[in-house]
Amino acid sequence: MNAPGAALLVILLAFAGPEEDLAAALAKLKAVAPEGKGNEDAARAWGIIVAKGPDALIPTLAAMEGADARAANWLRSAVDAIVENAVAKKRPLDLNKVEAFVVDAKGSEIGRALAYEWLARLDPTASERILPGLLDDPGRELRRHAVGRALTQAEALLKGADKKTALEPLRKLLSSARDRDQVDAIVKHLKTLGVDTDLQALYGVIAKWVFITTFDNTGMKGYDVAYAPEKAVDLKAALPWKGDKAVRFVSHTTPEPRGKIDLNAVLGKEMGAVAYAYAVVDSPAERPVELRAATNNAVKIFLNGELLFFRNEYHHGMTMDQYVGRGKLHKGANQILIKVCQNEQKDDWAQTWGFQARLCDPLGGAVPFTNVTPEVKP
Amino acid sequence: MIALVLALALADDWTQFRGPSGMGVSNETGIPLEWSKEKGITWTADLPGVGLSSPVVAAGRVYVTATSGHEQSLLHVLCFDAKSGAKLWERRFWSTGSTQCNRKTNMAAPTPAADATRVFALFATCDLAALDRDGNLLWYRSLVGDYPTIGNNVGMAASPILHKDTLIVALENVGDSFAAAIDARTGVNLWKNARSSKINWTTPVLSSRRGRTEVLFQSPTELTAYDAETGSKVWSHEAEKFSTIPSPIVADGTVYSPGGPFLALKPGDGSAERRWESKVLGTATASPSIYKGRLYTVDSAGIVSCADPADGKVLWKSRTKGPHSASPVIVEDRLYLLNEAGATQVLDLKDEGKLLATNELGDPMLASPAVSGGALYLRSDKKLYCISK
Repeated sequence: MNAPGAALLVILLAFAGPEEDLAAALAKLKAVAPEGKGNEDAARAWGIIVAKGPDALIPTLAAMEGADARAANWLRSAVDAIVENAVAKKRPLDLNKVEAFVVDAKGSEIGRALAYEWLARLDPTASERILPGLLDDPGRELRRHAVGRALTQAEALLKGADKKTALEPLRKLLSSARDRDQVDAIVKHLKTLGVDTDLQALYGVIAKWVFITTFDNTGMKGYDVAYAPEKAVDLKAALPWKGDKAVRFVSHTTPEPRGKIDLNAVLGKEMGAVAYAYAVVDSPAERPVELRAATNNAVKIFLNGELLFFRNEYHHGMTMDQYVGRGKLHKGANQILIKVCQNEQKDDWAQTWGFQARLCDPLGGAVPFTNVTPEVKP
Repeated sequence: MIALVLALALADDWTQFRGPSGMGVSNETGIPLEWSKEKGITWTADLPGVGLSSPVVAAGRVYVTATSGHEQSLLHVLCFDAKSGAKLWERRFWSTGSTQCNRKTNMAAPTPAADATRVFALFATCDLAALDRDGNLLWYRSLVGDYPTIGNNVGMAASPILHKDTLIVALENVGDSFAAAIDARTGVNLWKNARSSKINWTTPVLSSRRGRTEVLFQSPTELTAYDAETGSKVWSHEAEKFSTIPSPIVADGTVYSPGGPFLALKPGDGSAERRWESKVLGTATASPSIYKGRLYTVDSAGIVSCADPADGKVLWKSRTKGPHSASPVIVEDRLYLLNEAGATQVLDLKDEGKLLATNELGDPMLASPAVSGGALYLRSDKKLYCISK
């Protein structure tokens, strides 16, 4: 905005009513765009919002609904400033309204999580009061807090005289927990009570695959080459490769609880190579899905022919769920194709070639599917 | 008010990674030689999260960044009163980029840059926030929102540097890799140049030459100087292996560049001349320093080397107890070198690096110290320490 425009904005806001100018200021924060567009207007609006003090708190939290990640941080810092200033100046904050905002599951997920952060800090009794009702909250952060509290209670039971009293609480918690550290802790505790957990089912692991290999990745150039499987997967086709080697089809089902597959073990060690992993899953309904994967290798992830995710990076660490592709499962059969590229690094730590993948909802809970990948016989 | 604040800004402010000179040298006096958990600590402040970034100090305020939360989902910018240690404000942001990284680093790795009225906090998530000294948000950029493939799985760490109203950032990574100048007043790009797609953690350094300010970026195989105002390439130099962790420094028109070998470069027209190269001057994580006509380096074995910057000849060596992630600071002919266990070893530079003191705090630290207002500032994952007489 140029200087006259900025002046006009200030004048308009000066003549607007308190609610109108707050709404206009919040809209400016939500209007920020890539590469700093809207920053100057947003900075002025940020000052207006914070100057309004506690009256602007709930509207600012509510404005997080529909805000993108960029705007959310403008809004979040305004909330922090409002509360921080109010506490410093001993201005009253209506914590009942904040609590009502937190427990209203229809509100903004991140706004509710932020409201809870401040509520828990300003009212130490709030957590015990509201977290028991948030174990299955649609928001990841609030659910995490609720599971964390309940997990602590279950762990106290495990330390008691009758450890088995922890069994049912832990079983219930397993259905609520979504973050891997909490899931792993619950599974470990259940194991001590003699209960095994099917982690593949719990996480929605894609365990059965057909591998189509090997394609050339000399000089890491194969990453950008759309080999035949990226156009159509034909498990009966004869595909050429370099030299006198022929493309192979290998079926493999991983027993690893989190779906890890070591391609060096399954296919034999190859360097400068591309493998495709192909799976077919049957979904009982059309639904949005996250196809989460992890690998130390360069990767492309396709769902029903659509490229959901790509990352041309080698040997910088592999952590479950490090890559997330967002797409849609059709009702019925869905084709998943993952391209896993190995480079030619000679370092000991650069010999890994593999991946893991799962299908889940945005919270990380498994979505229902049946793996119907065809078996390929050698 | 602005005039008053500007008047508060003193020459001894420590405004960016390794201070205003970018090489860890301070003109302060009266920095303590000895301290411990029990004595010499003027104040400490609790930090809400971990961090490898250095504190910065400007106009009586100490700024620190930290990260906390499940999978480092929260990014903190904190402001403390330099005299009392009282927390003046804290702003938090959600991480918008990937938080995956090597276990030794975290999302609060880049050191912020500040001047008398503003602080600019960049995180390894590529979130970048500009705040005034009172915590008012001036602008914010989600750089991964702007350039979605930016980032790496090891962790970003290059710190931003401030040149007048231009904030310079180095974001070299396997995705959208670039160097950029951002308008410090508005947060919009002034220029953006593509860089090597190899991962790199070196911080750019400013250099004045021929009446203009150049900004130098060191990549694995090329060191490039751009005009800080326009982004146009002024000169470059290729090498087989520049370091990707310790950063280059500039003194008396010469660029001292860690790598294998360590290089001394004299910039010319479009290129640079190698004045000397040394395979003896090793570096690991710590960046080098120039002080009173001597070049200092710290290698992976914890050996501090003093060399003649004219020819690279090593004059003496002194062994210290590492490992060191922090770069040293030099004050009053003493080199303060913090190891990862939280022990600061103080070497006498007038006596071939003789160990004068070892100050144990028993709190692991990887961040480089800051020096300002007669105080040394250290930060761990838990606390900010102000050490002064």
